[in-house]
Amino acid sequence: MTIKDKAAIVGVGATPYFKRGQSFPESEFSMACTAILAALEDAGLTVNDLDGFSIYSSSCDPAAVGAELGVPEIRWATTTTSGGGGCAGALGVAAAAIDGGMATTVVTLMTLQQLNKRLGGSAVGGVLAYAMMSDSASPYGGSGVPPSAAFTANNGLLSPGHSFAQIASRHMHLYGTKREHFAEVCISTRDNAIKRPTALRTEPITLDDYFNARMINDPLCLFDYTMESDGAVAVITTSVERAKDLKQPPVTIMASAHGGSGRWGPALFRYFQTPDDEFASSGHRPVAKRIFEMAGIGPEDVDVALLYDHFSPMVIMQLEDYGFCPIGEGGPFVADGNIRYGTGSIPVNTHGGNLSEAYIIGMTHVREAVEQLRGTAVNQVEGAEIALVTGGPAGLPVSGTLLRKG
Amino acid sequence: MSTDFGELTPGVFPSILKETNADYLTQPFWDAARQDRLVAPKCSNCGTFRLPPSAYCFNCQQRGIDWVELPGTATIYSFTIVRHPLHPDLAPICPYVSGVVELDGTQGAGARMLVNIIDVDVENVKIGDRVEIVFEHVNDEMSTPRFRPVR
Ligand SMILES: [Zn+2]
Repeated sequence: MTIKDKAAIVGVGATPYFKRGQSFPESEFSMACTAILAALEDAGLTVNDLDGFSIYSSSCDPAAVGAELGVPEIRWATTTTSGGGGCAGALGVAAAAIDGGMATTVVTLMTLQQLNKRLGGSAVGGVLAYAMMSDSASPYGGSGVPPSAAFTANNGLLSPGHSFAQIASRHMHLYGTKREHFAEVCISTRDNAIKRPTALRTEPITLDDYFNARMINDPLCLFDYTMESDGAVAVITTSVERAKDLKQPPVTIMASAHGGSGRWGPALFRYFQTPDDEFASSGHRPVAKRIFEMAGIGPEDVDVALLYDHFSPMVIMQLEDYGFCPIGEGGPFVADGNIRYGTGSIPVNTHGGNLSEAYIIGMTHVREAVEQLRGTAVNQVEGAEIALVTGGPAGLPVSGTLLRKG
Repeated sequence: MSTDFGELTPGVFPSILKETNADYLTQPFWDAARQDRLVAPKCSNCGTFRLPPSAYCFNCQQRGIDWVELPGTATIYSFTIVRHPLHPDLAPICPYVSGVVELDGTQGAGARMLVNIIDVDVENVKIGDRVEIVFEHVNDEMSTPRFRPVR
């Protein structure tokens, strides 16, 4: 027994996307409420129907949202642990809640305002915060600086980009992956963003632009990094039976999983003993295996892939780990044009991704998957029936979800 | 050059944490570091190393450890060259190299360190290069481990 085909996404709502800090005087909380109301309205539902929260990275406090919006009764309130890796997996948790009869109408959302807090870590405070991250996954934190911090705090690795570059360098060393391959991810993603009114970065990038861009930390240049942005995106999930009677064509959750190999652990954020055979990967292999088994399909059946793209090399590794190409061949695979919208064998991040549209920690990918399967996407993949959405690589859990039209 | 980060040397990331916050598991590492020695905890049951030191062995779930002195040499497993300072005051140290090194005398995964690699030709550093540990004695408590090319 699994959650296969038990629940469907029936509503999507979002605020506009903003460059970092520009959503002020809105707040993360007000944007969360705006996105939830918009998603309910899209589904033809109201707050009187809403009874569940399945979120990730503790994106909002259901207690505060419930009180603010006057939700009559909350029957389910969970967040996956860790950070953005749980994005796609939170949809599976919503489906499980619905299938188990614990809730009927569940919202999954992210809201983000990088006014005072920058995930990239720039201020001295941020530098220290990243270097000394607690061992605890609890928002209450551990008790001060953990003893393990002294083993990493003085090593000069101050941001997620510094950490993920280690994985990218290793992949280049093992498989001959090149910066040209990273460039193709950035250029094709930007091409997709150009036509999107919601996209924050719409100037075309050429290969020359890519190689002339400032190196942030080798092998990553400016274009390999996601942007920092503000906004909120929410989606509403309910049972497949109820979905049939609602306003929008349903998007069915075929399969969803979150997790990963135990010793992928918190990955390079504060752990660096990942087994050799997984180090130069996205950490998604166990999740990929589970969702394809659950759905009873293979990567060849996927029409469009919305892959979490905080750093361009991690798209290449996800293409490998989800089986779109063999391990180690992701670089040549993208160089051959396979991820291009319109001509490639598996169009990737048709919305412009985190790299070029906006970085709302993965929820823009869920929104795009729904639009593709409703047939309303700006860069519509012709005849799209099945979409893959992923969350992470990050500290565990990472996650993946397969969605189907109808 | 003096900043909030103290005296800065090109290529050397300053010791921003000056306390070890040590507990019973990590204190032996810092005691040895003060004496320019690299020690690591080895599972007394199965021989697996683990850094940072942790209560349980991930291989056999036992707690017993023996502290073993290692030669202090290592191989670069991966690295990044940080060119953009995340704080303006860190500009004088850029570019610098930080990466993962695998320690000699251990058996692969389980005893890597994530460290600043100093005194390197930044443009020619590569995975597989041989390096050795060098400690900066920050104060009586903290000795920051860094690695430099084997001399
Ligand atoms: Zn053991």
